[in-house]
Amino acid sequence: MIFLELFYVFSKIGIFNFGGGYAMLSLIQDEVVNKHGWMTVNEFTDIVAVSQSTPGPIGINCATYTGYTAVIHAGYPTWAAVLGAVLASLSVIWLPFILMISISRYLIKHHDSKTVTSIFGTLRPTIIGLIAAAALMLMSKENFGDPKQESFVFVVSVVLFMFAFVGTRLFKVHPIIMILLCGLAGLVIY
Amino acid sequence: MSIYTDIFLTFAKIGSFTLGGGYAMVQMMEKEVVEKKQWLSHEEFMDTLVVAQSTPGLFAIDMASHIGLKLKGVRGGIVGALATALPSIVAILLIAMFFQTFKDNVYVEKVFMGVRPCVVALILAPCFGMAKKAKLTKFNWWIPIVAAVLITAFGVSPIWCILIAGVGGFVWGRLKN
Repeated sequence: MIFLELFYVFSKIGIFNFGGGYAMLSLIQDEVVNKHGWMTVNEFTDIVAVSQSTPGPIGINCATYTGYTAVIHAGYPTWAAVLGAVLASLSVIWLPFILMISISRYLIKHHDSKTVTSIFGTLRPTIIGLIAAAALMLMSKENFGDPKQESFVFVVSVVLFMFAFVGTRLFKVHPIIMILLCGLAGLVIY
Repeated sequence: MSIYTDIFLTFAKIGSFTLGGGYAMVQMMEKEVVEKKQWLSHEEFMDTLVVAQSTPGLFAIDMASHIGLKLKGVRGGIVGALATALPSIVAILLIAMFFQTFKDNVYVEKVFMGVRPCVVALILAPCFGMAKKAKLTKFNWWIPIVAAVLITAFGVSPIWCILIAGVGGFVWGRLKN
């Protein structure tokens, strides 16, 4: 039964996913391509590309797309595939949600306790490092262009990067406006 | 407008404009939830980041459930989590149905070539503002740098950084008292 399998596999992916969407990709690939054969490696690569360039958390994007494709491949009609997509997406969410709610409740209640205060005292600086690391790892050829082979793309990317950084940091431009502006710039320049 | 509608619309908006995954969303979420709506203080927002990062599940969804819970209990949490997920489910479903035309569109690719560096800047920008809010002093300024180096240069999982920092803070607190 494809729907039960989707529910089980994506619940598992949800609960074992620490550290955000990118960390989840290898897990999804293992389950969806290697173990269940719901799609080929090529199809999976396409999904990753689509997920990166569409709004929303990458994990949800992957789950939605996989749910849809797997049900279509199993020979069901489109409406069933839409159901499969929604089911897979919700399966990723529900277990971490319950866990998160329990921890949040505890923290909101014990917010001022000494233990909680000293733990968060070191965790807060660490989180800044984690986010900086995520940004550093995204400064790649895929996102900025190869400096040697596509020097024009690379220069434009660096300029857009600095424009976006200064705009949001110093001039407090809203991130949505910044994304729209840079998208427009890409359309005009390239 | 009821508070549930407000939670729903705010997180649906955040979900709709987040390209490149959870971290890119931090900047926008802070703007909406802390500065505009004032649902949380800057400090509470950072604590939420910490919890979301150290529990399993999608970062953005975790953030939304925690903030929703804080405002309106479990029902608020459910509304927040679903509102964050909904825009991507709809967008991906449409793309899955019409994928080929989307993928091969030259103009779509051009737009994204401009957007990608912007997304990286959006992730990096809040780090500098956060330094003040995380109460960085001459004693703990090295923590974020060590964490970033461990992850990028040595491939250490962020989970380990969180665990070590949490245990370190706990032990330090005990020793101090």
